Amino acid sequence: MTFTVPSELEAELNELITHYPQKRSASLMFLHALQEHFGHISKEAVEWTATKLELQPINIWELVTFYPMFRQEPVGRHQIKVCRTLSCALGGSHTLHKHLCSRLGLDSKKHGIQTTQDGKFSVEFVECLASCGTAPVAMCNETFHEAVTQEKADAILSECR
Amino acid sequence: MSTAANPETKPAPPPVETVRIKVDGRDIDVPKMMPDWQGKLQPTTMLQACSLAGAEVPHYCYHPKLPIAGNCRMCLVEFGTPMMGPDRKPVLNPDGSSKIAKSVLPYEPGTPRGAIACATPISPGMEIYPGSTATRQMREAVLESLLINHPLDCPICDQAGECKLQEYSVEHGQATSRFVETKVHKPKQVDLGPRIMLDDERCILCTRCIRFTKDLVGDDALGIVNRGSYNTIASFPGRTFDNNYTLNTVDLCPVGALTSKDFRFQMRVWFMKETKSVCTSCATGCNIVIGSREDRVYRYEPRQNDVVNASWMCDAGRLNYKWIGRDDRLAAVRSSRTGARSWPAVLSEIAQTLRSAPRGSVAVIASARQTNEELYLVRKLATHLGAMTDSVPREGEGDRFLVNEDKNPNTNGARLTGIAFTEMGIQIPKIAQAIRSGQVQTLIVIGEDVTQHGIDSETLAKVSTLIVSDILPNETTRRAHFLLPGCAHAEKRGTFVNGKGRLQRFLKAVEPSGEARPEWEFLKELVEQVVGPTGYTTIEGLFNQMAKDVPAFAGLEWAGIADLGVNLAI
Repeated sequence: MTFTVPSELEAELNELITHYPQKRSASLMFLHALQEHFGHISKEAVEWTATKLELQPINIWELVTFYPMFRQEPVGRHQIKVCRTLSCALGGSHTLHKHLCSRLGLDSKKHGIQTTQDGKFSVEFVECLASCGTAPVAMCNETFHEAVTQEKADAILSECR
Repeated sequence: MSTAANPETKPAPPPVETVRIKVDGRDIDVPKMMPDWQGKLQPTTMLQACSLAGAEVPHYCYHPKLPIAGNCRMCLVEFGTPMMGPDRKPVLNPDGSSKIAKSVLPYEPGTPRGAIACATPISPGMEIYPGSTATRQMREAVLESLLINHPLDCPICDQAGECKLQEYSVEHGQATSRFVETKVHKPKQVDLGPRIMLDDERCILCTRCIRFTKDLVGDDALGIVNRGSYNTIASFPGRTFDNNYTLNTVDLCPVGALTSKDFRFQMRVWFMKETKSVCTSCATGCNIVIGSREDRVYRYEPRQNDVVNASWMCDAGRLNYKWIGRDDRLAAVRSSRTGARSWPAVLSEIAQTLRSAPRGSVAVIASARQTNEELYLVRKLATHLGAMTDSVPREGEGDRFLVNEDKNPNTNGARLTGIAFTEMGIQIPKIAQAIRSGQVQTLIVIGEDVTQHGIDSETLAKVSTLIVSDILPNETTRRAHFLLPGCAHAEKRGTFVNGKGRLQRFLKAVEPSGEARPEWEFLKELVEQVVGPTGYTTIEGLFNQMAKDVPAFAGLEWAGIADLGVNLAI
């Protein structure tokens, strides 16, 4: 399968390069844009980015592997991020994570992001989502949810289609 | 003594601006600026200053020929600078000396704060304490941190014996480990490239390999992936680390992470004898160390010579040693005329043939892979016999780093001793023609298969006496009437002149196989029997005589060449 970037996206990215004194400074913004479009960052996307920014693929690959928010493999259509930083951890985020995993048939003990076999849901722990007063908090796609009880979690799941 | 030195025309060097500092309480004046990895003058670092003061600061990521990274923290040292008063004037002690403010933690003034010596410039009046208790404690702490996830598999590690982790652990480490947690496991036996194997668990992430391949070779192939204690050196998935200089990263790697596929598990390094030599794969003449044990060569490693190869060599040259120990090496001297099988008998038979050969009926093709001393002896013989001489040119691909297009190690030597002309090989067609016309009856071939280089086997068959010396069997050696088994450079001593006119000598690492002898030995005997007495018995004597006879070597002595060679005025 060949990797092609739609011309509108490429134009947008070309414009992005002009924001920076050096081409390589646009690396992270490229990766965000590509992940938003393709859902994950494939090896081909890394090579494409490196070529665009006049770098070597390893330079981009270092970034992709450093940041867990960059997906190296496709993930679920709905992505649930559970905060596990101190306040949320004390407020029951691990119980919440375990509940979500058991509802979706995932292994809560596994490291990193877990995706259901049908590719509908992904669940992962993340660091602070900046709402310590309303722990535990979680995000479903771009929506922020505070004080997430197990009932609320079930409601979030059922809202996802 | 370099013959290229020309003191009259050189301007007097400008006075070097110095800075007075103290290293472990001793005053020392060090240059204000010193060369960095590219040779450009930069402010002198604490590490360079300590080195000048004779205090070696341990380090992993710092390498004098690589850009500074400052990531290993091993070179942390305690230091202080002259205290300044509110009037911006130095605060003085009662005895008039500058009061020193030691660098301390801002929130904990009792605790010294070290600085990395590799990347911190010195300043006037600075005091550095590489031998202090605080410095020792910093080193202990850094080593403890580096060893947290290290597998400590020294018994089976190829680096053991030449590992900086081992060496610094002995000098600066702690006898016991406080680490009771589980070690992070990382990929092992990572096939990084065709010649390189990586063990990520042993890696201390000094990034020497990354900087070398990016900044010196220009192949930005390696990087650090993942995060925190999962950091690993890697190439981009699916891409191999494959340029002609990859094996230098094995030398650079201060630990056992990068290993040479060719050398790994072959020999414990402490059993090997190290011999200073020169690479013979091209006219660059990279300085090398031959690692051998019991007359077997195990590896070549580059030897630092900043005017030739810095600290590097190419992979092709480094791995070009296996032929030395080949099973089919020519090992027996023979004369197919009389069936003689001893050196004295064969040499006197050859001498007899040469003495009775009419002037002009002999031709010589001597390889530009032979040493200056050997070619000088060949020249003596040829002059006496009125023989045409030449060498075989050997052109190949070069690059901008170290590989020369001329694949002969001693092209300039062949020219200077008068064996070949500027255009090497120009005489070979004439020699071939002279053989076909019957003018040349006797052909002496030293170290070449002439059937591959302009004298086909049909022409060769016309020669009534074929005297051949070589190392490995080939069509020419098979047709020889007199066969004289010779030596690889690793089996003898001698000198080459590299492509830039630098005379370099090499020493003997291993014994030759069978009856093979260094060519200069039997050539000297032949010269004595055919031309007359020579007056020397050793390579030193031979070289010194050659220096008297060959203008380019005038004034030189064997001992004066030393390990790094001398530039010739050519």
